[in-house]
Amino acid sequence: MEPLTNKKKVLEQKPLTLAERMYLPAITKGLSITISHFFKKEATIRYPEVEREFSTNWRGMHSLKRDEEGRERCTACGLCALSCPAEAITMIAAERKPEEKHLYREEKYAAMYEINMLRCIFCGLCEEACPKEAIYLDGPIVPSDYLRKDFIYGKDKLVEAPLTVK
Amino acid sequence: MEIAFVLEKFILVTIIFGISLVIAMYSTYAERKVAAFLQDRLGPDRAGPFGMFQPLADGLKMFMKEEIVPANSNKWLFMVGPGLAMLTACIGTAVIPWGTAIQIGERVIPLQVTDINVGILYIFGVVSLGVYGVMIGGWASNNKYSLLSAIRAASQNISYEIAMGLSIIALLLVSGTMSLKEIVEQQHGWHWNVIYQPIGFILFLICAFAETNRAPFDLPECETELIGGYHTEYSSMKLGFYLFAEYINMFVSSAVIATLYFGGYNYPGMDWVLQHTGTTIGPLIGTVVLFIKIFAFIFFFMWVRWTIPRFRYDQLMHLGWKVLIPLAIANVIVTGVVIAIVEKF
Repeated sequence: MEPLTNKKKVLEQKPLTLAERMYLPAITKGLSITISHFFKKEATIRYPEVEREFSTNWRGMHSLKRDEEGRERCTACGLCALSCPAEAITMIAAERKPEEKHLYREEKYAAMYEINMLRCIFCGLCEEACPKEAIYLDGPIVPSDYLRKDFIYGKDKLVEAPLTVK
Repeated sequence: MEIAFVLEKFILVTIIFGISLVIAMYSTYAERKVAAFLQDRLGPDRAGPFGMFQPLADGLKMFMKEEIVPANSNKWLFMVGPGLAMLTACIGTAVIPWGTAIQIGERVIPLQVTDINVGILYIFGVVSLGVYGVMIGGWASNNKYSLLSAIRAASQNISYEIAMGLSIIALLLVSGTMSLKEIVEQQHGWHWNVIYQPIGFILFLICAFAETNRAPFDLPECETELIGGYHTEYSSMKLGFYLFAEYINMFVSSAVIATLYFGGYNYPGMDWVLQHTGTTIGPLIGTVVLFIKIFAFIFFFMWVRWTIPRFRYDQLMHLGWKVLIPLAIANVIVTGVVIAIVEKF
């Protein structure tokens, strides 16, 4: 029958020579390879004293950013909730009162903003969709917890800390 | 029999038993550490500095686990199996000469529990009894796979006993005595038997691997082939006994190899050391040297485990009967001829 391709490798299966049948030379070679590994440096990382570094494209916990004057950037436009494929983000918008001008950038702000960390798949689409550069995924790994309700993070956990007074 | 004699033997037995248990315990730790370093990783290092209390944690775990006895098993044999394995492992240490005699005050105490003049035969008898522990464990489990594994283990053990015995016969031709103390005394200084019997040593080493069910001959207990083998149904301390008996067997095999072929407590330059350290400390240095050799062999056992793939059952049988026995017989014949020629001149 015609071969289908011209890529063919003939496997040589010669009978074992006396040195090969004795096993001992091959065993000695194997032993030397193994013992060389005994003296090499181990690849283990001693977590939690030592942690691996994240890559530059790392997507961790979300954080709602503030601008240079310390006002929250988020305007509750809802684009992040719309773009989220796991429907993890919910928010309730509110109107800014005159005395709150130093807290929020524009007249509309998010009174309640919740992300369900168990639903979130850390894809980063909310970060790409935000027009105000308000949400970034630059936090650490989300810490573990016992109850499902404790994984719904509100604004207290998501908004970044207020800028310190210079 | 005076009370002092009984007392010194009792203390010696207790010390040797304790040492063999502690060495077996830390062999489990050494096995994990050596295996880890050979595989480019760290072993256990959380339980105490460098993980040194890991065997204690393992022992505690064994005690605390629930003891499950299968419903249709043979209750009496189920308990006897591990006990027999442990018993035959421990009594092998009775005839090994741990050193020359030390002198405390006026008493001269030989560092060997008993110096019977059929020492090697005793060791072989004990090793043959060790097969029973495995077989009883496999049978009493009332489990098809345990029984298969126990049958494999028993057939492997008795096949390699023959080659081991034949390689020892060549050694007996060279030394002329079966008493372990006299064999060691003949290897004074650096005249170790491995120089006179290299092939016998290699044969004995391979058979020791097979007798202790240690890789590459560990088909009876490998996890991938037969789940747990003959100790599948065992839990808690009975399993602990089986696993411990394997490590004690490894220790005793290393001690026997070191005694028969590597000079036991002899080392080059021992006369000078014995003259300068007296009769209480001097022999103890020989004991320390013997333990260094034993640890080297235990390390070798572990080193080989992570280097060579496991033998298939028919390859194992082929090696034991068709390769090692003819080699051992040829070794005996050649040794006899060489001795006859040397004696003529």
